Amino acid sequence: MSDHNYVPSSKIGKWFNDRLPLLSLSAHLREYPTPKNLNYWWTFGGILTFCLIAQIVTGIILAMHYVAHADLAFDSVEHIMRDVNYGWLIRYVHSNGASMFFLAVYIHIFRALYYGSYKSPREVIWIIGMIIYLLMMMTAFMGYVLPWGQMSFWGATVITNLFSAIPLAGESITNWLWGGYAVDNPTLTRFFSLHYLLPFLILGLVILHIWALHVPGNNNPVGIDLKKPSKDTVPFHPYIVVKDLFALLLFLIVFAFFVFYSPNILGHSDNYIEANPLVTPAHIVPEWYLLPFYAILRSVPDKLLGVIAMFASIFILVILPWLDTSKVRSAIFRPIYKQFYWILIIDVLILGYMGAMPAEGTYLLIARVATAYYFVHFLIILPVLGRIEKTLPVPLSITEPVLGGSPNPEMVKKRELYN
Amino acid sequence: MKNIFKLITTIFFLVIFFNQKAITEETKNLLSTDWSFKGYFGKFDRAALQRGYQVYTEVCASCHSMKYLSYRNLAEEGGPEFSEEEAKAIAANFEVTDGPNDDGEMFTRPAKLSDKFVNPYQNDKEAIASNGGAYPPDMSVLVKARKGGADYVYSVLLGYEDPPSGISLDDGVYYNKYMYGNNIKMPKPLSDGMVEYNDGTNATEEQMAKDVVTFLAWSAEPHLEARHKIGFKAIVYLVILSILVYLSMKRLWSRIEPKV
Repeated sequence: MSDHNYVPSSKIGKWFNDRLPLLSLSAHLREYPTPKNLNYWWTFGGILTFCLIAQIVTGIILAMHYVAHADLAFDSVEHIMRDVNYGWLIRYVHSNGASMFFLAVYIHIFRALYYGSYKSPREVIWIIGMIIYLLMMMTAFMGYVLPWGQMSFWGATVITNLFSAIPLAGESITNWLWGGYAVDNPTLTRFFSLHYLLPFLILGLVILHIWALHVPGNNNPVGIDLKKPSKDTVPFHPYIVVKDLFALLLFLIVFAFFVFYSPNILGHSDNYIEANPLVTPAHIVPEWYLLPFYAILRSVPDKLLGVIAMFASIFILVILPWLDTSKVRSAIFRPIYKQFYWILIIDVLILGYMGAMPAEGTYLLIARVATAYYFVHFLIILPVLGRIEKTLPVPLSITEPVLGGSPNPEMVKKRELYN
Repeated sequence: MKNIFKLITTIFFLVIFFNQKAITEETKNLLSTDWSFKGYFGKFDRAALQRGYQVYTEVCASCHSMKYLSYRNLAEEGGPEFSEEEAKAIAANFEVTDGPNDDGEMFTRPAKLSDKFVNPYQNDKEAIASNGGAYPPDMSVLVKARKGGADYVYSVLLGYEDPPSGISLDDGVYYNKYMYGNNIKMPKPLSDGMVEYNDGTNATEEQMAKDVVTFLAWSAEPHLEARHKIGFKAIVYLVILSILVYLSMKRLWSRIEPKV
């Protein structure tokens, strides 16, 4: 938290602030010392906050017109699209908003991976972030079920069926999740209820995520600890606010492009066919943002092991701060890690592509190799690399590499002594 | 700072590239025509919509329902834009069951603007039974519910041909070049001169297919014109605002030394 104590100038402000220090909080948020070398990859935190709020606001409006009933859900979505004033806009913002949210969260996560933002002392921020990510996936999945189209229904069937792989209790758990013996009206109503609830849990966790961030302060592209406030930092307002706003506007242009000119391109056309338990679509595919995990799931021949592999692929990220043994945060100073980082990105993109393809022949083989590599990256490469990699000398401060060129190796040594 | 332009242009071209690629991927083997509603400023051709409605009622409507459309939609902005009188007259051609009245009886009356399009069958079971076991899909969102969209529906309408040698088809099954699986239970629906257009347009098979698909594209996305119009304004607004915010940002950050 901010080091100095804020005193409101007005008497009434002081009276209020002594009882509930909201003004102190606001002062802290304004003055929060932020590294001045943050690049545009750092603006996605603000963008994500916007996405969450946008999803909640549009979602609440949609819920006013939506009917959570197996016989009426599809009709009510068409009612929103046709008869509700600007209903089409609100729904398209919400449905494309989910994709934009995930696009932003993936950039946010991969930024953290590149600059080592998950490392000490920011492990808790990272873990909260991973919980948010997990909740986001659950929320998005349940939201996709609500229009009660063919992909909604069959996606829900496939995913909930995963739990039947659990030994002994699997079938009971699946029936419990469904509220019956198949995906039906009880499933839809509970998904609607949870889809409304989870975003508010996410909101709470986002507040904790930001709180936890404000204790050690932001990481930065150089990945070094900074003295705060100092020449290396700027107050959050107005410097970072205006930069985040600019980045948000650019993001919104891309967003608007999807909403207004290809609102259905990220969805599946089958979801405009009303759910029919008697007709299975030719290919059941989840939304694009879940595809890498879907590929991992399908690349394991055994159902239970596949489910375990899928959950492990997410859990492995939670323990990442302890898997990566390197003391140097930023990939800028880790020449070998940098290369593995890009290989990982390509690997995840390949997994995503394979998730959209039928699980057979060459596709399956590639998906298996990519799945194996994913785990190798986190379980073998990162722990080993941290020990053997020769990192480049790290500068002492942000201003230094700009002013003085390469850092003085003796000072680096001295700094390591202090640490 | 100089990196942001690289970033913006990269993102922008990636978005456009993937959009275009996804669109062409979906439609590469399909027939297409010069759809007036495609593109960033696309609008529906009113006359085509009105003709398309005529094809729908005279040809398709005997089997295919359109349950999400009301007769009032025919007079609404962005649609076929029949005058209100015309739309009322169209509605009055159809009989709907209403009631119960004060005596507890159901009765039939001519349809009003507020009524939904009348369904050709009592229920889905009747629809299936009357069509050799195949359900004629509701056409309100058909264009959005098929991969390839308008091009796909257009292709299927024009894709009937004799089955290639070696393929024998059951009775009541037809060969269609573009239909998924190539088998279709709908007999060839359109043939030259089947409809007599009120505006004197020559009713060739292609013309009718184009008109009716335009009509279906509108029924699947009735607010498409508003979407395109608002989208253009929204993006122009965002671009101008971005420039202003960018300039403010430059100004603010000019106080920070040294530049990073």
